[in-house]
Amino acid sequence: MKRIENTFQNKRNILNVYITAGYPNLNDTIEIVQKLKKNGVDMVEIGMPFSDPLADGPTIQNSSQIAIKNGITLELIFRQIEEIRKTVSIPIVLMGYYNQVLQYDDTTFFEKAKAVGVDGFIIPDLPLDIYQKQYKSSFENLGLDMIFLITPQTTDERIRLIDNESSGFLYVVSSFAITGSKSDIEQNQIDYFKRINNLNLKNPRLIGFGISDKKTFDKACEYAEGTIIGSAFIKALEKSKNIKETVKSFIVNIKK
Amino acid sequence: MEIDKNGFYGDFGGAFIPEMLYHNVNELKENYLQIIESTDFQEEFKDLLKEYVGRPTPLYFAKRLSKKYNTNIFLKREDLNHTGAHKINNTIGQILLAKRMNKKRIIAETGAGQHGVATATVCALMGLDCIVYMGEIDIKRQAPNVARMKMLGAEVRPATSGSKTLKDATNEAIRDWIANPVDTYYLIGSVVGPHPYPDMVARFQSIISEEMKSQLQEKTGRNYPDKIIACVGGGSNAAGAFFHYLDNENVELIAVEADGLGVETGKTAATTQIGTEGIIHGSKTLLMQNSEGQITEPYSISAGLDYPGVGPLHAHLFKSGRGTFLGATDKEALAAAYQLTKLEGIIPALESAHALAALNKIDFKPNENVVVNLSGRGDKDMETYIREMENRD
Ligand SMILES: Cc1ncc(COP(=O)(O)O)c(C=O)c1O
Repeated sequence: MKRIENTFQNKRNILNVYITAGYPNLNDTIEIVQKLKKNGVDMVEIGMPFSDPLADGPTIQNSSQIAIKNGITLELIFRQIEEIRKTVSIPIVLMGYYNQVLQYDDTTFFEKAKAVGVDGFIIPDLPLDIYQKQYKSSFENLGLDMIFLITPQTTDERIRLIDNESSGFLYVVSSFAITGSKSDIEQNQIDYFKRINNLNLKNPRLIGFGISDKKTFDKACEYAEGTIIGSAFIKALEKSKNIKETVKSFIVNIKK
Repeated sequence: MEIDKNGFYGDFGGAFIPEMLYHNVNELKENYLQIIESTDFQEEFKDLLKEYVGRPTPLYFAKRLSKKYNTNIFLKREDLNHTGAHKINNTIGQILLAKRMNKKRIIAETGAGQHGVATATVCALMGLDCIVYMGEIDIKRQAPNVARMKMLGAEVRPATSGSKTLKDATNEAIRDWIANPVDTYYLIGSVVGPHPYPDMVARFQSIISEEMKSQLQEKTGRNYPDKIIACVGGGSNAAGAFFHYLDNENVELIAVEADGLGVETGKTAATTQIGTEGIIHGSKTLLMQNSEGQITEPYSISAGLDYPGVGPLHAHLFKSGRGTFLGATDKEALAAAYQLTKLEGIIPALESAHALAALNKIDFKPNENVVVNLSGRGDKDMETYIREMENRD
C-alpha cells in the first residue's frame, strides 16, 4: 500500500508539517525531518524553494530566498531526501512550482523523486487538465500521488472533479489567503469545511493555511482528517538557536 | 493568428495558476469576450478613447527621419494619448469591464509607473479604489510617477519581496487578488499573465493597428505598411500595433527588445535572446531563468522594458519566425532618442527609443512604408536624458 494511503488508514488527527528545503541552513533539512518524525509528526511536506512563489506569504517567501542563497538545488534536495529515507518512513510530499519541474525535465523529475522516496507532490500552479493529459497515467504506474488544492471558492462540482482526478489527499485551503495569514477559525470557514464533508469524497482531507497552534489544530481536526502547518513552524525556525529543541517544543505544544 | 480555447498561441500561453485564482480567472475567461464585444461596451469604450484619451492618434509622416534613412517612415503617435503612452488604451478597456463585473477595488502592478498612472487615472475617472504595487527599488527610481499616482488618489504599495522590481510587484498584485477574490479586479498592464489577459489586453491595444489601417489607406493608398517596428517589454504596444496584420504576410513585424548593456554581458532584458521556455506569472512563455527554473533579474535603462518575460503572443511570433526580433542597447536607445528630438522635435519615451534605434539595423528599400510605434513620450525620462546628455558632452 502507498505510504500516504496507509497513514490515513491507520492514523487520526494527522499532523503534516511543511519545511523549506535548505533552510535555515543548507543541510538542516535532514535533521529537521528526523526530529519531526521523532516527535510524532505524521507526514512532512518539503518545499522546493522558488524565486517567485505566487501562492506563498512573506514567511515562506523569505525562507525560500534564504535557502536559494544558501545554495539549495533540486539535485541536493533529492540527495537530502535519500539520506532522510535511511531512517524515516513517514510520507514525504514535495511542494514546488511547475516551472521548476519543467526546467529539470518533468519526466525525469518525477522518476527521480520516486526513486529517492517521495510519495506525493503539491504543485499549486499545475492545471488539473494538464495533469490529466500529461501525468496522470505515469503517476498511477509509479504509485505517486498528485495533491490538489481546494478553496472556499471552489464549486462542489469542481471539488468532485478534483477529488476524482487526484489521489493521496485533498489540500483544503482554509480561507481566502496565501500561506501564513489569519490566526483563528471562523464560522464561515466551519460552514465551508462542513460543505466539503457532505460531498462524500473519495480522498481524505488536510486543512492548511492559517493553522498555527494547538487551538487551530484541534479545531481543524474536528472537520478533516488532519492539518498542514507551514508558516508557523518556519517562524519558529527563524528564531531557533537549537533545532532539536525548537522542533520538540513546537510539536509538543500542538500535540499535547 | 488567434488563441485556441485554452488560451494558447501555439505552444505558449494558458493559465498556470493556483486553485485560489481559478474562480476569478475563470469568471473573467467566461465573460470577457461577451462583454467587450457588446455594442454597449464598444460604444462607451470608443467614446472614452475619443473624448478622454484623445484618439485617434496621428500617423505622422516623419519627413526628416525618412530622408535620413532614405525610406518612408511614419510615427504612430501613442505618445499623444492622455497620460503619455499607449497604456491607457488598455486601462480604459479593463476598467469598463471591471465595472460591468461589479468589482469595487482595483489592483495593478507597475514598473516604470506608466501603467500605474494609467490605472490610477481611470480609477479616478470611475470613482473606484485603486492600489498599485510597485517594487521598492522602482519607487525610488520613478519618483515623479509615484507622486502622480498619489495625486490621482491611488495607494502605492511597495513590493519588498524578491528583487523588489516589476516581477515582484506582479507577484504581490497576484497575492493580493488571492487574498481578496470577491470584490477585487486585477488590472494587468501588458499582454502577460494567465489567459485571458494576453488576449484581452491585445484586443484593447488593437485600436492602434485599427487606426493605422485607415490612416495608411489615406496616406499611401494601401491599408498596410511594409514594416512595423515596436518595442517589447511585456509586449502590449507591439501586440496592438501588429494585431490587424498578424495574418498579413506582406507586413514584416519587427519587435525590439532592450539589450541593456549588451546581450553578452548578461545585463539585459532581451528575453527572446537569452530566455528559455517556462512559466512566469501564470503563462507559458519565454523567460529569463537559470537551470533550476529560478527567474533571473533583467536589466535595462528603461524601466518599462525591464521584465524577465514576454507575452505568449511574442514567444509564438519568435518561435514560429513570423516576427523579426531585434535588440537595442541602452546607448543605442539614448542616441535614437536624441536623434528623434533633433530631427523631428519629438522627445520619445526611453522604451519607444528602443524601437527607433532599430532603424539603424534594418536595410530599407527607398520607397518602403515603415511604421514605428511611438509608444510614449519622454517626460518621465527627462532626468535620465539630462544626465546622459551631460555625460555625452
Ligand atoms: C512608453 C512605454 N512603451 C512601452 C512599454 C513596454 O510595455 P509593453 O511592451 O507592454 O508595450 C512601457 C511600459 O511601461 C511604456 O511605458
